[in-house]
Amino acid sequence: MSDNYLSLSYGQLGASVLLIIINVALSIQLRLGLERSLAIASLRCVVQLLLVGYILEWLFALDNPWVVLAIALLMAAIAGISAVNRTSRRFAGIYWRSLLSVLVSAFLITNLSVIGIIQVQPWYNPQYLIPLLGMILGNTLNGISLGLDRFMEGVVSNRNGIETLLALGATRWEASHKQIQTAVRTGMIPIINSMMVMGVVSLPGMMTGQILAGASPLDAVRYQIIIVFAIASASALGTLGVVILAWGALFSPSHQLLSDRLHHITKN
Amino acid sequence: MAIIEGIKIGCQKIQPSLSSEEAARWLWRDLSFNLEPGIQLGLVGATGTGKSLLLRAIACLDPLDEGEIRYLDRPLSAWNLPLYRSQVIYLHQRPIMFEGSVEANLKAVYQLAINSHRRYDPHQVRDLLETFDRHPDFLYQPATNLSGGESQLVAIIRALQLEPMVLLLDECTASLDPETTHKVEEAIAFWLSANPQRACIWTSHDPQQIQRVTNQQLILSPYVG
Repeated sequence: MSDNYLSLSYGQLGASVLLIIINVALSIQLRLGLERSLAIASLRCVVQLLLVGYILEWLFALDNPWVVLAIALLMAAIAGISAVNRTSRRFAGIYWRSLLSVLVSAFLITNLSVIGIIQVQPWYNPQYLIPLLGMILGNTLNGISLGLDRFMEGVVSNRNGIETLLALGATRWEASHKQIQTAVRTGMIPIINSMMVMGVVSLPGMMTGQILAGASPLDAVRYQIIIVFAIASASALGTLGVVILAWGALFSPSHQLLSDRLHHITKN
Repeated sequence: MAIIEGIKIGCQKIQPSLSSEEAARWLWRDLSFNLEPGIQLGLVGATGTGKSLLLRAIACLDPLDEGEIRYLDRPLSAWNLPLYRSQVIYLHQRPIMFEGSVEANLKAVYQLAINSHRRYDPHQVRDLLETFDRHPDFLYQPATNLSGGESQLVAIIRALQLEPMVLLLDECTASLDPETTHKVEEAIAFWLSANPQRACIWTSHDPQQIQRVTNQQLILSPYVG
């Protein structure tokens, strides 16, 4: 660890609360009604981050591959479940399909990057594995929930069009190809957009962090490129995987659209 | 030999009730029928007796809960369904037009793998348009702007050009004026007469139309059981 950066004290953290208080004051003054959610969100953010900080300290000190693996699995499971929770429709078996897509895509790509490309020794070194996996999972989760939501929406709103094609002799793949295509594209848009403007409009968080921690900008950029490619490919795999699995659940082998299986859930 | 045969078929409708349990009720059950060659069969029954569902089940768009449907003496499960559906075409009450012109809609079906051996035939389409008194310029109109009646016409042409063996006509003239309705009926009769192995099934909200065009009727009554 380099000592090229300033460690922060809890006093300094407390001072940063002032930044949020400015917003709260504005919200009260202008009656925006945001003060409550701002306060809750800030509190959650502090508690969750502190907790993660302690867990990571503990994990780094422990240096046990099984614990690292268990934490990684837990992270992936949470990602798989949250991806579904952000969609507005459900069908039986949606959760395991999302979990499977997240697990396969994130683990494949994380392992390829950590072991194959960055060549971390030992492979489970949590200093590399956990943050990389976290970034990959966060983005894969986005892709999966966007793609899944778009696919279910597309199938429901184009039900008649899909059945018209089926009735004219289309296979289930031909009849729903457009919805599959749109869904996968929708899932990929965020990562493609962010790659387009990376470094120009936004400085990526990981790179910023490494620079703040004293790494040379060029080193930081190299890491950033690897991680962004890993994110893009895991998002693509995960989105494609979940859309194909959902497609298999909603279209029967006898080329029927099983729209009864889909139901809308009301969100509060 | 019957072209299509239904053997003791039954279909349940699942109604999501207020409680979390889902109640299933039979729309029809133990239903058997034969569709003989050359026949125009009329499906008769009050609203909610499952006429559309029966047509959709014959097209295999909805699964059956009981029984079996056979086409040319083979159960549907033994058929390659896209092939079956290119011969037994279901026409939806509210036809959906694909994006693009009317002509693009007619050509779209030739892009399906099952029709890859066929070619779009402009002469055939022109003849069909003439049957319905439509100017050839009709082909270049954007299909998504068509009225309900015009969409039904395009859907009928889209199906007829494939020269199917069976048509399942679900209220297929509901949005048409009487004159065009007659032309459609004539076109269907002409299509039927071109091959003795053809047949079709009609549903209609108009009992007179059923009387006029069909020579056999299948009466669906609410299932009590």
